[in-house]
Formats: sequence, C-alpha cells, structure tokens
Amino acid sequence: MPEPLIDLQDVTKSYPGVEEPAVKSLNLAVEPGEILVLVGPSGCGKSTTLRLINRMIQPTSGRIIYEGQDVTKSDPNELRRRMGYVIQQIGLFPHRTIAENIATVPKLLKWPKKRIRERVDELLEIVSMDPSIYRDRYPSELSGGQAQRVGVARALGADPDVLLMDEPFGAIDPITRDRLQNEFLRLQAELKKTIVFVTHDIDEAVKMGDRIAILRDQSEIAQLDKPEVILTDPADEFVENFLGSGAVLKTLTLRRVRDIDLDPMVTVKQPVHRGQALAEMNTANTTTAVLLDEQDHPLRWIDERALNSSTSSLDRAGRPITVQLQPEDTLQDALSAMLQTSSGMSVVVDGRGKYLGCCTIESLAGLLLNQGNGSEHS
Amino acid sequence: MDGIVNWWDYLSSRWDLVGATLMETIIYVVTVTVSAGVLAIVTGILTRNRPFAKEMSLAIASVFLTIPSLALFTIFIPLVGLGFAPSFIALFLYAILPILRNTVTGLDSVDPSVLESARGMGLTKSQVLLQVQLPLAWPVMLAGIRVAALLTVGISAIATLVAGGGLGDFIKSGLARLPLPNSLEAIWTGVILSLALAFTIDVLLRLLGRVTTPAGVR
Repeated sequence: MPEPLIDLQDVTKSYPGVEEPAVKSLNLAVEPGEILVLVGPSGCGKSTTLRLINRMIQPTSGRIIYEGQDVTKSDPNELRRRMGYVIQQIGLFPHRTIAENIATVPKLLKWPKKRIRERVDELLEIVSMDPSIYRDRYPSELSGGQAQRVGVARALGADPDVLLMDEPFGAIDPITRDRLQNEFLRLQAELKKTIVFVTHDIDEAVKMGDRIAILRDQSEIAQLDKPEVILTDPADEFVENFLGSGAVLKTLTLRRVRDIDLDPMVTVKQPVHRGQALAEMNTANTTTAVLLDEQDHPLRWIDERALNSSTSSLDRAGRPITVQLQPEDTLQDALSAMLQTSSGMSVVVDGRGKYLGCCTIESLAGLLLNQGNGSEHS
Repeated sequence: MDGIVNWWDYLSSRWDLVGATLMETIIYVVTVTVSAGVLAIVTGILTRNRPFAKEMSLAIASVFLTIPSLALFTIFIPLVGLGFAPSFIALFLYAILPILRNTVTGLDSVDPSVLESARGMGLTKSQVLLQVQLPLAWPVMLAGIRVAALLTVGISAIATLVAGGGLGDFIKSGLARLPLPNSLEAIWTGVILSLALAFTIDVLLRLLGRVTTPAGVR
C-alpha cells in the first residue's frame, strides 16, 4: 500500500455544549491519485470530516498528516492554498470575471501575471469552455453547469495535488450532472489528483469512487472498500440498508461486457444459400444462428423454423439485429439491450462492427450469482 | 409669476449671504456624513461576526433617531455651547443609523457560500473582508450613506435654532417676520436651496455608486 497523501489520525471534533462529538476518533488514510468518496446519511459528519482536512474546522484532538507532515497546527491559509476546494453552491465571486475567479489562488501565491494568464486559459480549455468567450464574463452570465465547471477550474488554479469536493454536483439537474460526472472522470484520468469527494447519493459514490467510505453517526466508518466489494459484500446491516435494494443491480454499472465470457453462437457467413445454412445448423446441433455478411458484420438472427416455413431468401428470414453491444459497454447497458430482444441475447461487436460473440441473459445471471456466492467465501 | 420674480430679486440682491449660508449647510453634510460614515462602517465591520454586539449597536443608533430633533439639538448646549458644535453632534448621531443599518445588511447579505469558498481557497480574514465581502456589500452601504446625507440636509435646518447657521436661517427669519415683505421669499430660499442641494447630492452619490460598484453585481 502506498504512503497515504492525507492521513487523519484519531481525529475528534466536538462542539462546546454538545455532549456527543460530531466526529469521533476518526482514522482515515487517503492514497495518492485515488477518488475516495465519503458517503452516508445526512448529519453523519461527512462534510465535517472533509472540512477537517483543510482545517476549515479545527479538530479538537488528533492529528492531520499531509504529505508526511503534521499540519494540525500549521498556517491554515497556506494549507488551503495547496488543496482545491469545491462546494455544492460553488461560491464564485460575483464581482470578479471568470478569469479573475480562476486566478484567485495563483494570485495569492504571487505568480507572475503572464503565467496566471496562461494558466487561466489552460484551465478553461481543460473544463471545455472557450477562453475567448468566457474569460471576461461574470458568474451571473453562466448556467449552473458552466458555473460548476468554472468552480472546478478555480479549485485546480494553482495545480494542487488534492481536491476536496463537497457534493459538487448536488445542485445540478440529473442530465447535466451525469455529463459533468463523466467529464470529471475523464479529466481525473488525465490529472490523477487525489480527491476526497462527499456525497449522500450512493449511486454517485459507486460511479465516482475508487474507494468508498460509508459513514454512520459521528463519522464512524461502517465500511471502507472498493465499490464492487461494498456492493457485493456489505459489512453489516447498516451498510446493506444504506445501499438499498438495488445493490446487486448497481454492480452492473461497474462491470463491462468484456468481463464476461461470450457465448460462441453458431454463425453462418454470406454468401450462403438456405440449404447450406440449414446443414450447418444441423451439424452444430442448434436451432438458432447469427447471419454475418462478408466482412463479419452481424446481420440477422436466423432459426430453423423460420428457414423451413418460408421460401424467401436468407436476407429476409429470421429477425434483423438492431441492437449491438461493444466490449466497453457496462453490463447495465447489456441488460437493457437484452431485455429489448425477445431472445434474451445480444450480439457483441468490436469497434469496427465485427462480430465477437453473443451475450446471453443466462451468462449475466450466472455472473451475478457467482459474485454473491464467491464473495462470501473469500 | 410675480412671486417668482420677487423671489429672484430677493435672491440676486444677497448672493453673498446665500452663498455663505449654503456653504454652512454643505459643511454640515460633508463633515457629518464622513464622520458618521467612518464610525458606522467601522462598527459594522467590527461587529459582523458578533451577533450580540451587532444588535446592541443597532439598538443604540436607533434610540438616537427616536429623540425629537429639537431636543437633541439643545441637549448638548450645556456641554459645548451654541453654534456649530451642538448641531454637528445632533446631526452626527442621526446619521449613524442609516449607514450602520445598511452596512450590517450589506455585509450580512453576502452569500455565505462565497465567503466559504474564499476562506477555503486560503484567503486570510482581512483578504476575505477587503477583497470579497466589502466590495459585495458596498452598493448597499452606499445607499445608506446617501440616505444619511439627505437626512442631514433636511434636519440641518434645525441648527438655526441653536445659532448653528445654515439654510435654516432663511426659514427662521422668514417665519419670524411673516407677513412682512420678503418674509415668504426668505422661506422659499431656504426650502428651494435645501431641495436643490439634496437633489445634487443624490445625483452625485448615485454617480459615485455607478463608478464604484464592481461590474458583475451592477
């Protein structure tokens, strides 16, 4: 295990006049380059935990280690300039232009003007906003999604190693949120920042997290693990209840078509006439086959009965293949594709449309069942 | 029509006096607005994170405004004598509330998430105040300053009763001599010049607001 970048050691936060501490003896290590999601019911102390890291809240006891140094008592402002911070309401400065907003931390760090200007344009491009259009606009001229992008760009201003994000996509409509999440994951694949991400939405946690910490009252860690482990092997009843009934279905978004063994269906390749096709299916002892064209692109499902009952050419026998999957598609996509076909089967093709095999509802079910059993033994 | 001609004759025969008296009122407006402004803004800033102190200072400033002006102008005569001093003190006390009220409102109305993100990026307390909170509160604060200045123009007419001078002199002498010749003209002079002064100040401060309000929040 790599040296943690952020390490909370035995951190407690209690408020005067409140008997129970808000965060109680928390130990949490964040590894470099990961997205660690803190998720839990409201009031569990997940935001407090996040704000303890950049010392927006001062811990009552315990230590905060950042990059190997104890920063529990260091200058908090200096610490915060080394960590990007994104909150749900974003909090762009309304009296400053987009460029000035993004330049906030570089300016505090007294970067030369030219370097700041270049950095601003670079960041705007990173979050896919045209600098020549948006540089000199004001926050009031932005849509919610754009403001969120600028918020992320501002947090990345001085290229910090760490991003702290408190429900960053919480106030955005579902469609835009989905797009921003995907964009952000693509961005993270390049930037490889260390990210602590707070959300109350388990679906978002599963989607965004390399690891997920499920928190209960007083920020006690109920389970901390990779999303697929948490979904298939919840530590206790609390986690199970928090995951909700759809936990197994959620694992489908984590696996891809390439993770399952494809069924080698019998294929019949054009040019071929019906007699030949029937003979081939007979030898293979099957009633259904996939008809391919000369370039191995799947064309139609053909079956024995259809071939026998009509005399029309092969091009019109059976049913056309309308839905195709690719190895990168998630198993959730696969499931919905299969449910659209009456056979419970879907063909899988590679990037150029060539036939690879078939994916059946049985193999999917087998995978899910195995997963459930397998994890109990391990 | 005759009235206006008579008034103009009255005015043009004593430009010196009119100018000097107008100047006295302007001096009240400037000194009172500036000094009350400094006190109220500093108080508003110092108490911005202390709810009790904030409420107390607002309560005290409100008490001043409820004291009848005639009483407030005379109350300080035993201490400071007649003339400019008691008038200045009374006007100063009146002018605090509008500026303090608006300073508090302005600072409070800054979106908490803006302050949170400013702090989260590592701005120091004074940087948050000077670079974020004050610029955003400024339009509201300036509105308070405008109200205070206009209030001072109006109430400074009372200063004449404690020998404090100003445009009130015309009104008082006119009232005392009614219905003798030139008495109405004197009253009109005091009233119209006060209105003209108030209008001018209003326009100037609005222009100042235009210039000093950051783009993006206009």
